[in-house]
Amino acid sequence: MGKREVVESCMDNLMIEMVSAYCNQFYATKPELAARRIEAIGYHVGHQLSERYTMEHPRFSDHLEAIKFICKDFWSELFKKQIDNLKTNHRGTFVLQDNRFRWLTRMSISPTNTDLSQDSSITTIENKALQATSMYLYFPCGIIRGALSNLGIACAVSADMSNHPACSFVVRVKA
Amino acid sequence: MAPVAPRSGDAVFANIERVNAELFTLTYGAIVRQLLTDLEEVEEVNKQLDQMGYNIGIRLIDEFLAKSNISRCVDFKETAEVIAKVGFKMFLGVSASVTNWEADGTCCSLVLEDNPLVDFVELPDTCQGLYYCNILSGVIRGALEMVSMKTEVTWVRDMLRGDDAYELRVKLLKQVPEEYPYKDDE
Repeated sequence: MGKREVVESCMDNLMIEMVSAYCNQFYATKPELAARRIEAIGYHVGHQLSERYTMEHPRFSDHLEAIKFICKDFWSELFKKQIDNLKTNHRGTFVLQDNRFRWLTRMSISPTNTDLSQDSSITTIENKALQATSMYLYFPCGIIRGALSNLGIACAVSADMSNHPACSFVVRVKA
Repeated sequence: MAPVAPRSGDAVFANIERVNAELFTLTYGAIVRQLLTDLEEVEEVNKQLDQMGYNIGIRLIDEFLAKSNISRCVDFKETAEVIAKVGFKMFLGVSASVTNWEADGTCCSLVLEDNPLVDFVELPDTCQGLYYCNILSGVIRGALEMVSMKTEVTWVRDMLRGDDAYELRVKLLKQVPEEYPYKDDE
């Protein structure tokens, strides 16, 4: 039997509601706290997935091997494609670029989708949409950090979506 | 133009973009876990999950109608069958059965024997009272409200609580007549 699958919009909708609950409801005035919670959810997911996907995998000899695993096997499980470009300064910083990050291509939030309150003006809706899009990225950042943490690598992960729909994840390994 | 034939849940599911269910299941689990930490009260988490489901349901109905080509159901009985056989199948890849109809046809049960939301899930004792899958009841309620049916959806059986299946009781409270033509905003 093949791997179990669900329709992609289930995942999209779940992320929309997660971000909306934390950003608009629980921490509407404290985006940094909302971000931390969303990252924590991602961390948990990444940690568990990495555990599952490395069960029959030999130990990684170094950081680069582990990062390559994230770029290839791990990313393929999640997005059915690999990371397109990996750069490193060989001093603990890695840049993982996905040229067409699935969650950014599908997650461009139109104002009609986020319009929950009738009285908001267009500009606040647009600001909210922009803020929400960047909020989504805390989730995959958390996933990467959780996955690497499970492989014994403590790091910080940030995302850069200035070349939308490309997305770069910057991994800084903690010394 | 000839009406387009409705498609089966299997057919839709086979031809739609799908993702790894593990990712979905673990994400849902991590959200529930974080909500339990942040909201503290299990009852609040139940409410939150229901609300999130409701919000999803009111969006999902459009995708459902567009992709399944299902047209108007003649009655609530048909609606329930469509949710069970097409709705569940086309989104989650599993189907439900419809049972335990009340004589007046306004209340029935949807029974799920397979439920991707709960793969790998075990609830600790501290989570008693949690309706782990409450998002599903919210989705159904939200989606039906968009097609003019006010419903109440409650859990009757829950395998995470030791029952032998997942059973949702769906009660039709009110069928709101559709207003046509729709009012324009301006």
